[in-house]
Amino acid sequence: MAPDGTASDAPLSMNVNVSPPAIEADRLTKRYGDAIAVDGISFSIAAGTVTGLLGGNGAGKTTTIGMILSLVAPTAGRVNVLGFDMARDAYRVLHRMNFESPYVDLPHRLTVRQNLSVFGRLYGVKNIAERIARLATDLDLKDFVDRASGKLSAGQKTRVALAKALINEPDILILDEPTASLDPDTADWIRGHLERYRENKNATILLASHNMGEVERLCDRVLMMKRGKIVDDDAPAKLVARYGRQNLEEVFLDIARGRGAANKETAQ
Amino acid sequence: MSAATSPAFSFSRIFAMVMRHWYLLRSSWPRLLELIYWPLVQMLMWGFLQSFMAKQTGLLATAAGTFLAAVLLWDILFRGQLGFSFSFLEEMWSRNLANLMISPLRPIEFVLSMITMSVIRLIIGVVPVTFLAMYFFGFNFWGLGFALGAFFANLLLTSWAIGLLCAGLVLRNGLGAEGLTWSIMFLFLPLTCVYYPVATLPVWLQPISWALPPTAVFEGMRALVLENAFRADLMLWALALNIVWITLAGWGFMKLMHSSKRMGSLLSVGE
Repeated sequence: MAPDGTASDAPLSMNVNVSPPAIEADRLTKRYGDAIAVDGISFSIAAGTVTGLLGGNGAGKTTTIGMILSLVAPTAGRVNVLGFDMARDAYRVLHRMNFESPYVDLPHRLTVRQNLSVFGRLYGVKNIAERIARLATDLDLKDFVDRASGKLSAGQKTRVALAKALINEPDILILDEPTASLDPDTADWIRGHLERYRENKNATILLASHNMGEVERLCDRVLMMKRGKIVDDDAPAKLVARYGRQNLEEVFLDIARGRGAANKETAQ
Repeated sequence: MSAATSPAFSFSRIFAMVMRHWYLLRSSWPRLLELIYWPLVQMLMWGFLQSFMAKQTGLLATAAGTFLAAVLLWDILFRGQLGFSFSFLEEMWSRNLANLMISPLRPIEFVLSMITMSVIRLIIGVVPVTFLAMYFFGFNFWGLGFALGAFFANLLLTSWAIGLLCAGLVLRNGLGAEGLTWSIMFLFLPLTCVYYPVATLPVWLQPISWALPPTAVFEGMRALVLENAFRADLMLWALALNIVWITLAGWGFMKLMHSSKRMGSLLSVGE
C-alpha cells in the first residue's frame, strides 16, 4: 500500500502471507453526501500486533473503526476481519471480536456483574461466573462488581468497559481512546493490562488514541490519518526518526499542520 | 486464536437480553409503577363512566357495557407496543446499542427478546388491572374466555408490528424520532374504532379502518359482549392482516437498520 493511503493495485488475495491478516482494508471509502469521511484507504494488520490509528478530530478514525465493526456500511471498498468480509459475513467473526469506547456505555442501572453476565451470554462464554471472577481480579473490579455501573467513577467505568471488551477473550480487540479522561496512574495500569493480554493471547489490537505516549508504548505500528486518508504508516520509532523529531507527538503535530513532507526531506 | 463458531440462532442470547431488561425493571420501582399506572387510571375512568351510563336507559346503557372490555383490550394493544419499543429505547438511552450491534446478537434474536419483554411488561401492567376491574366494577375480563385468547394474540401481533417499525425509525433517525413511539398508537385509536362500531365512520374511511387488524378485534369484542357471538371470521381476517403487517414491519426494520449503517447513525446513538 502506498503511504498516502491510495490503493495498491494488488488484489486482497495477493497480500495474504502464511496466515491471513487479522484486519485487511481494501480501498475502504465512506462518504456522507458530499463529505468524504474515509477516502479509499487500504491497509493490512498482522495477527498478534498492536496498531495505532492516529489522526486529528475528523480524520476518519472512528468511521474506519465503525466499518471494521460493521456498524457503518462502506460506500465503496471492503474490509475483511480474520478472512471474513464484514459486509457479508460479520456474524461469522463478531464473536471473536470486541470493542471498547468512551462513547459507548453499559446500562447504568445494572450492576457490573449483571452487565458482564449479559454480555458473557451474548458472546457464548462458558463458565461466565468464573470468567467474571477472573476479570474482577485482573482488572481490580472486586470492590464494585455488585455496584450499579452508572455509579462508578470514570476510572472504574473504563475498567468495566474493558472487562466487557475482554469478556469473550477476543482475538481482535478494537479500542477507541481506551484511557481518555483517566488519571495517569489508572491509564498506566490499563496499558499494562493490555500489554499482558496481547502477549498471553496473541491478540490483535487496533487502538485509536490521542495519547502519543500511549501509542509509543503499546503500538508496533502506527497508521496516521488525515482528512480520510492514511498519510503515513510505520513503527513509532521509525516515524520519529524519519521526521527527525524527539517523539511521536511532534510527528503528529507535523502531520496535522502539514509540515510532514518538509521535515521528512530534511531528516533524510 | 479461538475459532469456535457462533450459532446462527441462540435462545441463550435471547435469554441474555431478557435478563438485561429484567434486571433493569427489578432495580427501578418507577419503571414498575409506570407499567401499571396508566392502565389503572384508564380502567377507573372508563369504569366509572360505564357505571354512570349503565344507569341510563336504551342504547347508551347497551353501549356502556363494552367500555371496560374496550379499554382493557386497547391497553393490550398500546402497552404491547410500548413494552416492545421501551426495550429498544432503553438501549438508546443507555448508549448500549453499539455494544449490542457488534456482538453476535442477531436482529431476529434482538426482536424476539423485545417481544418477550413486551409480554412480560404487559403481564405486570395489565393483568393486575383486570382483577381490579372485577373488584371495583364487577367486570370479569377473563369471562371473555377463548375469545380473549384470539383478541389478545391479534392485538399483540399488531403491537409488535408497530413497535418494530418504531424501533426501525428510531434506529434510523436517532432519539429525535422517540416521540413517535409514544404517539403513533393514538392514530389507531379513532381509526380502529375502539369504543364505537365501524359503521360510525364515514363510508370512505371504513375500508382504511378494516385494513387495520385491531378493528376486527374491537368489532369482535362488541359482537361477543353485546350479542354473545364469537366472530371467528373477524379473528381470521385480523390474523391475515397481522401476518402481512408483521412481514412488512420486519422488512421495514431491516431496511431502516441497513439505512442507519449507511448513514453511520449507529455510531452517534443518542444524538
